[in-house]
Amino acid sequence: MNADTRAPLLDVRALTKYFPLRGTTARVHAVDNVTFAIARGESVGLVGESGCGKSTLVKLIARVLDPTDGRIYFDGADVGTIPAERFARVPARARIQMVFQDPADSLNPRFTAFDTIADPLRRLGTAPTGQSLRTRVAEVAELVGLPRALLGRYPHQLSGGQQQRVGIGRAIALRPSLLILDEPTSALDVSVQAVILHLLADLRERLGMAYLFVSHDLNVVRMVTERVLVMYLGRIVESGPAAAIFDAAAHPYTRALVPAIPVLGSARHRERVRLSGEPRSPVDPSPTTCRFFGRCPDGFERCEREMPVLAHITDDHEAACFAARR
Amino acid sequence: MSFTVAKGETVGIVGESGSGKSVTALAIMGILHPAARVTSGRAVFGGLDLVAASESQRREYRGRELSMIFQNPRAALNPIRTVGRQICDVLLRHANLPRVQVRPRAMELLARVQIPDAARRFDAYPFELSGGMCQRVMIALAIACAPALIVADEPTTGLDVTTQAGILDLLDELRRTTRTATIVITHDLGLAAERCDRIVVMHAGHVVETAPAHRLFTHPRHPYTARLIASTPRPGAKLTELTPITGAVPDLRGALPVCRYRSRCDRGTDACDEAPLPRIAVDDGHVVACRFPALT
Repeated sequence: MNADTRAPLLDVRALTKYFPLRGTTARVHAVDNVTFAIARGESVGLVGESGCGKSTLVKLIARVLDPTDGRIYFDGADVGTIPAERFARVPARARIQMVFQDPADSLNPRFTAFDTIADPLRRLGTAPTGQSLRTRVAEVAELVGLPRALLGRYPHQLSGGQQQRVGIGRAIALRPSLLILDEPTSALDVSVQAVILHLLADLRERLGMAYLFVSHDLNVVRMVTERVLVMYLGRIVESGPAAAIFDAAAHPYTRALVPAIPVLGSARHRERVRLSGEPRSPVDPSPTTCRFFGRCPDGFERCEREMPVLAHITDDHEAACFAARR
Repeated sequence: MSFTVAKGETVGIVGESGSGKSVTALAIMGILHPAARVTSGRAVFGGLDLVAASESQRREYRGRELSMIFQNPRAALNPIRTVGRQICDVLLRHANLPRVQVRPRAMELLARVQIPDAARRFDAYPFELSGGMCQRVMIALAIACAPALIVADEPTTGLDVTTQAGILDLLDELRRTTRTATIVITHDLGLAAERCDRIVVMHAGHVVETAPAHRLFTHPRHPYTARLIASTPRPGAKLTELTPITGAVPDLRGALPVCRYRSRCDRGTDACDEAPLPRIAVDDGHVVACRFPALT
């Protein structure tokens, strides 16, 4: 373990994942040259539309998928080179954990809540059996607010909110330092979502975990993250403090995305950028054309012959656009 | 549950899952699960009670006068028929068009819902199109015969926000140009606030509040509506301002209290257990099913 606490917890450099298209030599550029870092205890949001590569990026970082190129440093150690199939048995596995979108789908239907939370402890924990295991599971249940009486229940006997508490319990059982949350509340009703968001904020404070919070609900991301990454077709197009992304977006894509979210209490039909056209194909896209070109309201000829890279707008706010607003 | 929709009006039905939103839509359309029965009540559409009508009468209305947009467009479209053919099928069945005009009309509809390159997409299968494009095809199907009422059940759930905005703009435009009445069923209060004229709030199978959209969100009178609004994330709000709703929807299988929000309500008294559930008109077009409407 690295003792240097100033170094980022997660440091991703030029991470790339291509998927071959069956029967051809073409490749889908799911994640393309992505570089970012997460500090210890920091909460970072990842937003973007379906197909933008969010899920692939998350799977690469969770080390269940191997990158085509690039590096993943976790706590100073190069974990990107450990094959995904071996990663389940290395100690770092305990420190990067994940909470999935739909708890009904991501819990083993034949495991009780107890078994689900005990499973990672049995595999990687220091208290794999007996009384110490039971004590540890009870502690975790307490942390996630799951009544002990429910530990013997199967997923179908639990409500959506209770199921997600079990999913969170499984993820935090090993006290990870990085928790990846992939749309953790999008399958839940707003009333339950509020409970789970409070629980997650509380856990982060108590356990000092860093979060990578993936969501298409920008209002939620704004509430629970300090910094936001915006992804478009495999690339990060903007990154900055949550407030800057939402109130002073620099990239034209972000400026279209943010006002597209319906909001309560706003004037009806606010002014917003309307995107026309379909996204470009992620199959072998031109390396010298901006991925947003064609849909971008601000695009001009340079965007078609040169790929914009992330450039600083302010100290901590970057955008990959020639027409970025400062 | 009672509500009305006027010509050219968009009414939103909101509530948590299990509140009866979709069942309401399916009952209006007459396509409830065969095991379901409408035990009482009427759904009057242009003078005809759809509940009492025979299946063949309803079939004449569905597709022509009444149409529905479903939540998951890819699952609702026929996967082994091209999208163009599916639109032609509806036109042949309901539109009374000469055969030669069917294909051009279908093409026109695809263009109308802003599908780029409609001539090429005509021969595409649903799996070849994106979710947003499939939803546009479903809207083309729904408007093929210029219906008087469209029921849209979570029309944009599962679509990206930018795609969602495009689909909702399209529905708005159709409503303006054709004066179609629309019922939008959604769990998204923000969407309802932005896109609907009037909102019907459901809880556990009851309508708890009905009001013009703006009024509902600025002056909710039913405690459930107020809690629902308080649990919805707003831009700029802090997490501490987000308050959950306590308790759960009561089990609808057993005997139910007069007010089904009673067990979750922090303002209830014994008077709330007295039947019948009051429906108090607190303002023009604003009705609340609560004995003690909140003051806002």
